[in-house]
Amino acid sequence: MKSVCPDLAVGPATEPRARVSPRADGEVGYVHSFQTGSAVDGPGLRFVLWTSGCLMRCLYCHNPDTWDLKHGRPLTLDAMMAEIAKYERVLKITGGGVTLSGGEPLVQAPFVMRLLRACKERGLHTVLDTNGYLGDRISDDGLNDVDLVLLDIKSFDAATHQHVTGMGVDAVLRFARRLSDAGKPAWIRFVLVPGLTDAPDNVDRLAGFVATLGNVERVEVLPFHQMGADKWSLLGRPYPLADTAPPDPALIARVESQFAAHGLPVR
Amino acid sequence: MPTITPDVPVTAATQPAAWRGFAPGPWTERIDVRDFIQRNYALYEGDAAFLAPATERTDALWARLGLLFEEERRRGVLDVSQVPSSITAHEPGYIDQDAELIVGLQTDAPLKRAIFPNGGFRMVEAGLTAYGYEVDPVLREVFTKYRKSHNDGVFDAYTPEILAARRSGIVTGLPDAYGRGRIIGDYRRVPLYGVDRLIEAKKAERAGLDSAHATDAIIRDREELSEQVRALKELKEMASAYGYDVSGPAATAREAIQWLYFGYLSAVKEQNGAAMSLGRTSTFLDVYLQRDLEAGRLTETQAQELVDDFVIKLRIVRFLRTKEYDALFSGDPTWVTEVIGGVGLDGRPLVTKTSFRFLQTLRNLGPAPEPNLTVFWSPALPDGFKRFCAEISVETSSLQYESDDLMRPTYGDDTGIACCVSAMEMGKQMQFFGARVNLAKCLLYALNGGRDEITGAQVGPAMEPLQGDVLDPDEVRARFDGMMDWLADVYVNAMNVIHYMHDKYAYERIEMALHDYDPKRTMAFGVAGLSVVADSLSAITHAQVRPIRDESGLIVDFETTGDFPTFGNNDDRVDAVASDVLATFMEKLRERPTYRDAVHTQSVLTITSNVVYGKYTGNTPDGRRRGEPFAPGANPMHGRDEHGFLASALSVAKLPYEHAQDGISFTASLVPDGLGATRDERVGNLSNVLDAYFTESGFHVNINVLDRDTLLDAMDHPENYPQLTIRVSGYAVNFVKLTREQQLDVVNRTYHGRM
Repeated sequence: MKSVCPDLAVGPATEPRARVSPRADGEVGYVHSFQTGSAVDGPGLRFVLWTSGCLMRCLYCHNPDTWDLKHGRPLTLDAMMAEIAKYERVLKITGGGVTLSGGEPLVQAPFVMRLLRACKERGLHTVLDTNGYLGDRISDDGLNDVDLVLLDIKSFDAATHQHVTGMGVDAVLRFARRLSDAGKPAWIRFVLVPGLTDAPDNVDRLAGFVATLGNVERVEVLPFHQMGADKWSLLGRPYPLADTAPPDPALIARVESQFAAHGLPVR
Repeated sequence: MPTITPDVPVTAATQPAAWRGFAPGPWTERIDVRDFIQRNYALYEGDAAFLAPATERTDALWARLGLLFEEERRRGVLDVSQVPSSITAHEPGYIDQDAELIVGLQTDAPLKRAIFPNGGFRMVEAGLTAYGYEVDPVLREVFTKYRKSHNDGVFDAYTPEILAARRSGIVTGLPDAYGRGRIIGDYRRVPLYGVDRLIEAKKAERAGLDSAHATDAIIRDREELSEQVRALKELKEMASAYGYDVSGPAATAREAIQWLYFGYLSAVKEQNGAAMSLGRTSTFLDVYLQRDLEAGRLTETQAQELVDDFVIKLRIVRFLRTKEYDALFSGDPTWVTEVIGGVGLDGRPLVTKTSFRFLQTLRNLGPAPEPNLTVFWSPALPDGFKRFCAEISVETSSLQYESDDLMRPTYGDDTGIACCVSAMEMGKQMQFFGARVNLAKCLLYALNGGRDEITGAQVGPAMEPLQGDVLDPDEVRARFDGMMDWLADVYVNAMNVIHYMHDKYAYERIEMALHDYDPKRTMAFGVAGLSVVADSLSAITHAQVRPIRDESGLIVDFETTGDFPTFGNNDDRVDAVASDVLATFMEKLRERPTYRDAVHTQSVLTITSNVVYGKYTGNTPDGRRRGEPFAPGANPMHGRDEHGFLASALSVAKLPYEHAQDGISFTASLVPDGLGATRDERVGNLSNVLDAYFTESGFHVNINVLDRDTLLDAMDHPENYPQLTIRVSGYAVNFVKLTREQQLDVVNRTYHGRM
C-alpha cells in the first residue's frame, strides 16, 4: 500500500497525448499524478510523483488505478522536471525533495533513473518508494542518485507474499540485501492487514531479517484502511478485502513491539 | 497643512522616576514608542522551557468565567446595559475584585454588553429586540428625536444606486449601521508617558493649528483634537474610579499592563467597531516585565500570571450585535488582534520572553479566538520561537501568520494589524474600513447587462445582455472590465459617504487621541469571490461555456464542456488571471478620489462571509452552483486544488501584494498525521512550511491542524468542544458558535492529508 494518491491527472498537458509513448531511453514516462506537500513520504516536504504500472496485484492495494501503465498520462522528462522546478526552492527550504512512487516506479526504470539524475542535478533530495520486486532494474549508477529508499516488504513468508501480491518474495529480499550492502539508507514499510499479514511468526521472521540489514533508519507499520475501496468499485474490480476491518490499536502495538524487539527503530 | 511637531521637552532633571533603568533617547523628548522599544527590549533567542503554567488563582478566575460563558451560550447574551456606552458611562465592574490582578470591564459586570447608539440606533434596537429586551423609551426618544447617528447620516447621503447595490449584495458588509472599527490606538503610550503628557502633546498639536486658515479640514481637525483631549481626560476619570491615577507613567510591570489595558478599555467602552485590535504590545510590555524580574520584584510565575490576567480581560470583550451580523461573521467576533514577533529594521528579531508568554496563554487558558494572536513570521526569527509557534499551532489551531518581510519595507517594524490582515504603523496610521464587493456577482452582471442573476432586477448600468450560444473570452473580459468600472464607482462613493458620516457622528476620540496628528489614512476596499472569478474566466477561455437563459433572457446557468485549469494548482494560466483581476480592480479604485485623500488599498479577505456571499450569488461559469459558498479569502475553491498544499499555497502567494496592501488571506487546514509521523516532526515541518511559504512571498496564512472527524464530532456534540477553535479567513472562531451552514463550509474545505 502506498501513499494516498489523487485520482486526478497531472496538471499542465504540455505534450499531445497521441504522439508520445514510453521509450526505452526514458525520455517519456507514464505518470498517474503528483501531489505537493506530503510530510510522510520521506524527510521534509515532498513532491510525490506516482508513476503508473505495477506488476503486483496486492489484495489491499488502495491505488488499483495505478496498476495499468496506460492509466497514466505520457509526459516527457522535460515537462515533468519543469513542474518539479516550480517547487525546488520550497522543497529545499523544508529539507524535503522528490519522492517517486507508484504504481511501481521501477516498471519504468529508464524514465525513473533519468528523473532521479535530473533531480540530483538540481540538488534535490530523492526518495524511491518501491516494492523491490524489480530492484534488479535499477543500475548501481541509478541507485547512486537515490538518497533514501522506502522499501515495502509485504510479507516475509513466501507463500503469504505470493498470496497477497501475486508475486514471489525472493527478488524483494535480494533487493533489500543489495541496498544494505550498498549502505543505502532505507525505511522499511510493512502493511498490517488483519488476517492477511498479521501472523506473529511472519512478522517476527520479517523483523529478524530486517534486523540483519545495516541500512534501516526506520520501520513503519502502516495500518490497512478502507479508503481505497471506492477505487476498486470504480474500476469494476471485485474488492477482496471489502469486509476486512482496519487493525485495532492493540494489534498495531503488538506488531510494532515485535519489530522493536529486534532493536529496530519503529515509528 | 502645517507640520506639527508635538514635542514637549523633558529635561533629565524632570525625567519621571517611573523611567528609571530605561535607556533614554529621542523617546523621552517626544511621543515615540518605537524608539523606546528599540533602545530597551531584550531579544530572547531561547526556547519555551522557562514558561510557567497557570496559577491556581488564574484557574479559579477562568473557571468562574467558564460558568458565565456557558450561560451566555445558552441565552445568546448574558446581560445588556441600556446606558449608552462611553468611557465613563458605567460604574467599575469586576469578575472577582480580590482575585483580579488587572481590573476593568466594559460595563459594571462581566459579559454584560453595552449599547453604542452613535453608530446607529437601528442596530441597537435590533440587537435588544433579538435577545428579548424591551427598548428603553427614553433611549429611543433621545436617539430618534434629538441625537442623529452615523447610520442616519449615511442614509441621508446614499444614492439610489448605492442602495440598490447594497440590497442585491454586490456590495456588502459596509460599516454603515455600526462602528467602523479597524482603528488601533497606540495604547502603549498610556503607560509609557502617562495621560497628562499625552494631553500636553495633543494641546500642542491643537495650538499648531491656531494660525492656519479655517478651511473645512482645519476646522474639523481642531474640533477632533479638542475631542481627543476631552477623551483623554475621561480616560483618567475612568481609571480613577477603579482606584488608579494614570496621569503619570507606569512605574511597574503590573502598572504598565493596567495602564495599557485602561487605554484599550476606553476604546471598547466608546466604540463597537467591527474590529478592535490591540496592536503590538507584548515586546513593549516585556521591557517592564524584564525590569521587574531583574530587580527581583517579580517571579516568572507572577509575570505569566499578569499576562494571563490581561488576556482574560481581552477574551471577554463583548458587543451587542444583531443575529444577522453574528450569522455573517460567526458568533461574537471582536478582533482583538495582537502582533507577536517580527524583525526590526536593524535585523534584530523583536522576539522577547513576553512574546512566548502571550502564546503560553493558549495553554494556560486553553484555545480561543480572542485575542487574535498574529505572528509576524520571517525566516530570520530565532529557531526557539519558531518552534514554539509551530507547537502552539499544532496544539490549538489558534494562530495566524503574516509576512514580516513583505510588510517591513512599507510599514516599518512597529506595525499592528487592524482586524485580520491590515497592516497599520502604530499610532501613525489609521484606516477607513470598507468590507468588500462580490466580484463573482460583478462578472454575472457583466453577462446580464447589469441585471441581478437571482432577482432579475436592474442593479448595474443597463447594457445589452450578452448574445450568442458560447461565451467569447474577449467579449466577456471587455464587459467585465466595464462592469468593474461601475462597481468601483459605486463602492468608492459609498465609502466616502460612510466615513464622512462616521467622522461626524461617531468619531473615535480616544483611539485617535492615541495617534499622532494627521496620521496616514488608508481606505480599505476589499473583494470576495476571486477564485470563482479566476476559474470562471479560465473556463470561458480554455473550455466551452454555453449560457442557459430563462424566459426573460436572463443567463441563469452554464453548460461547460472540456477541461480548464483552476486556481490553486500553481498553474500560471489561471493564477495570472486572478492576479490580473486583482490589479485591474485596484487600478479602478485608485482612479476615484477618496474622502480625506485616503490612500486606496484592497484586501482579499472574507472572514466567514464567504458563505453568505455564495448564498446570494447565482450559478457561475466555473461550475459552482447557486448558493454554494465561495472559498474563504484568497483560497482556491474547495476541492479544486488538486495537487496538495504547496501547489495551493504557491498559487495564493503569487497574488500581488502591491495591489492588495490591505492583506491577502489564505487558510490552510492540515491533518495532523499528514504533518509528520511524530510530534517533533510535525512541529519541525510546520515551521519549515512557514519559512517556505513566506520566502515565496506569501502574505498571510491561517494554520489549522485538525482532523475532519474532530469537526464532525463537534457538530454533533458541541458540549464536548466548548473551546474548539478554528482559523477562518484572517480570524479564529469558536467552532461550536458557527451556524450549521458555516460549520459545513469549514468541514467541506480541502484538508491536506499529506500536507
